[in-house]
Amino acid sequence: MDVLIFLIPIALLLGALGLGAFLWSLKSGQYDDLEGAKWRILDDDDLPGK
Amino acid sequence: MTVHQRDWQSFVTPGKDGAVHMDLAVDGITCAACMGEIERGLKRLPGIRTARVNLTSQRLAVDWVEDQTGADEIVAELDRLGYTAHPFDPASQKQRQDQTGKQLLRCLAVAGFAGMNIMLLSVSVWSGNATDITPETRDFFHWLSALIALPTVVYSGRPFVISAFRALSAGRLNMDVPIVIGVFLAVALSIVQTLQHHHHAYFESAVMLLFFLLVGRYLDHNMKGRTRSFAENIAALKAEVAARINPDGSVREVPLSKVVSGDLVLVSGGERVPVDGLVETGTSEIDQSLVTGESVLVPVIAGQRVYAGTLNGAGALQVRVEAASGATLLDEVNRLLEAASQAKSSYVRIADRAAQLYAPLVHGAAALTFLGWLLAGLSWQPALVISISVLIITCPCALGLAVPAVQVVASGQLFRRGVLLNSGDAIERLAEIDTILFDKTGTLTLAEPDLCSDIDPDDTDIALAGRLALASRHPLSTALVKATGALTPLPEVTEHSGAGLETVVDGNRLRLGSPVFCGASPEQIDKALRDAPGASLLAIGLGDRPVRLLAFRQRLRPDAKSVIASLEAQGLALEILSGDTQPAVADCAETLGVANWQAGMKPAQKIARLEELQRQGRKVLMVGDGLNDAPALAGAHVSLSPVSAVHLSQAASDAVFLGDKLQPVADALSLSKRARAAIEQNLWISTIYNVIAVPIAVAGFVTPLMAAVAMSASSLAVTANALKLRWGEGRSQMEQTDHGVGESPVQG
Repeated sequence: MDVLIFLIPIALLLGALGLGAFLWSLKSGQYDDLEGAKWRILDDDDLPGK
Repeated sequence: MTVHQRDWQSFVTPGKDGAVHMDLAVDGITCAACMGEIERGLKRLPGIRTARVNLTSQRLAVDWVEDQTGADEIVAELDRLGYTAHPFDPASQKQRQDQTGKQLLRCLAVAGFAGMNIMLLSVSVWSGNATDITPETRDFFHWLSALIALPTVVYSGRPFVISAFRALSAGRLNMDVPIVIGVFLAVALSIVQTLQHHHHAYFESAVMLLFFLLVGRYLDHNMKGRTRSFAENIAALKAEVAARINPDGSVREVPLSKVVSGDLVLVSGGERVPVDGLVETGTSEIDQSLVTGESVLVPVIAGQRVYAGTLNGAGALQVRVEAASGATLLDEVNRLLEAASQAKSSYVRIADRAAQLYAPLVHGAAALTFLGWLLAGLSWQPALVISISVLIITCPCALGLAVPAVQVVASGQLFRRGVLLNSGDAIERLAEIDTILFDKTGTLTLAEPDLCSDIDPDDTDIALAGRLALASRHPLSTALVKATGALTPLPEVTEHSGAGLETVVDGNRLRLGSPVFCGASPEQIDKALRDAPGASLLAIGLGDRPVRLLAFRQRLRPDAKSVIASLEAQGLALEILSGDTQPAVADCAETLGVANWQAGMKPAQKIARLEELQRQGRKVLMVGDGLNDAPALAGAHVSLSPVSAVHLSQAASDAVFLGDKLQPVADALSLSKRARAAIEQNLWISTIYNVIAVPIAVAGFVTPLMAAVAMSASSLAVTANALKLRWGEGRSQMEQTDHGVGESPVQG
């Protein structure tokens, strides 16, 4: 059971990392326009000659 | 675009590293292609740093270097691409930052993260309790859970604590009070039990409860935010600007918030008057339908008063802005509005009524449980544990979600049908009504006048008149252009201000304008008005031929007749209260088959009639758009106004409906009835759940596992029941009323 001493903090840390990532993405405005985001992936604005 | 130079400085805010920033509401974004088109089109302009369209809110944010491109060029470019755009007034910018929503989402994320991790530990403990967990490991897991739960409850519980505190300090009870008590007791109890090496702790219950409730809270907030942002777009595209005449004689367009009393404002032909004030110079005809409900144009000369929201006819006016002097129509309306808002009994929302019942019942049950076990000979601590488990199992999850979940689904449905709610509880109030009062002009009819005389499409004189009408922005000219489909304007048109237009065609003088200006006889005018009561007349005089009179009237909304008939069939009492003249209202009421109508009503009379009905115990829905309807809209049990309504009326009503049809009114009624039923079902589900759960808890059989399962199950049940509103739609109804709000049929 000693292994828990390592595993639980690691699990919590990974969870907290995910939480941090979410809070960061929220802060940087990635949820401001979900409607537009789904269409932008289809936009070929990186092609030459556009 | 107007001809004046706009005072763009008022709309632009400083941005990052030397650039400036501007937010615009854009009309006409219908799909993803528009997005690329706008962004690429703007990036062709010099100095544009970023241009990003937000498809959800139909807005555009631009950052650019100011000395390379002007803000007016950006708007002009958008115009060229085919999109009407108008910048937001930065004065209202601060309110548009959705801080509350983001805060709620952060709380939700933290609660979700904590809930998952505590649940991992809890499941281990539960399965260990059933097999071979050592007491040390169990305590270690409980302490870990406490470590996660404590900061979470403090952070994510804040929205509830703040709202509960507010309610208590106002001497009220709302749903948040039992929630806060339950959560904090559960955490405190769990810490005590951990200290005493108990088998059970309720950390996950407390955090899960917060998580579920935050979901409901966030959905609720989001629904309000969406309709609010849409309403702001409408307001911005209505261009709340005024052309201010500076002392040096230059004209600049400024946001309305910058206009102060004493300023001189220029109102061009065909524009809405942006302010209340006195006419200094100029003559014109004014369409007052939005203010008094009169559909006939009223002539104005210098020295007369004009109101914000009225439509200027052909002549340019210079208006001196006036603050309220206490004697104007607007002041009267404001006074009535205030009185009406105060007199309106504050409606207690279903959720709050449920909370007022729920909190004493549950807390009473918990207290009785505690006393009962003490009497049965248990020591105080186990008795307390059982009584707190009663509080936890009767968790207000389902109750906290029961109403918001339904409101979110229902308002989403309404949004798709073109109804924007101002307040969430409007749905509940809409479901109760038995009487509808309609204003006529602009509500049952459309806001713009239409030609109602029959014309022969091959009639060359009319076609000529239509081409002549292209030279004027008078509302009747515009209507004539629309009716004739004229495309090529006539050359050398002279405009006689306040009278009409004149030109020469093949050596014959052609006049278009007021009947007197064209030389119509009084008998002829009388006869035309008898044929079309309440109409405005436009005359055509060509050479020495007899003058022809064309009658214009606001047409009924295309589906007004069928909607009114179906409302009557539902057993609702309908009435028309209009400020327009007797014959015009009579004609409209007859067409629609409404027996009760009153004409020539002043704002005070409208509200008097409304109060009379409410004294009889009627629940009244008021539908109106004019300034004269505002007090009645504020005083009614619930109220709706069309998107073309004056700002004051929209602010006074519970919901705004879009488009040219009256159908959204009927939709709002039928949907709210179904929503109301779903709310009641949800409350029953919660009640039944509690009736089953409480005895088990009182008997002391509840484990944290049971609490968690019961909690999730009840929350899921009410949410599923709310979603039923979506699927319970008849298909045909959907197709009938699908006018694509997504395409934003906004006519400013």
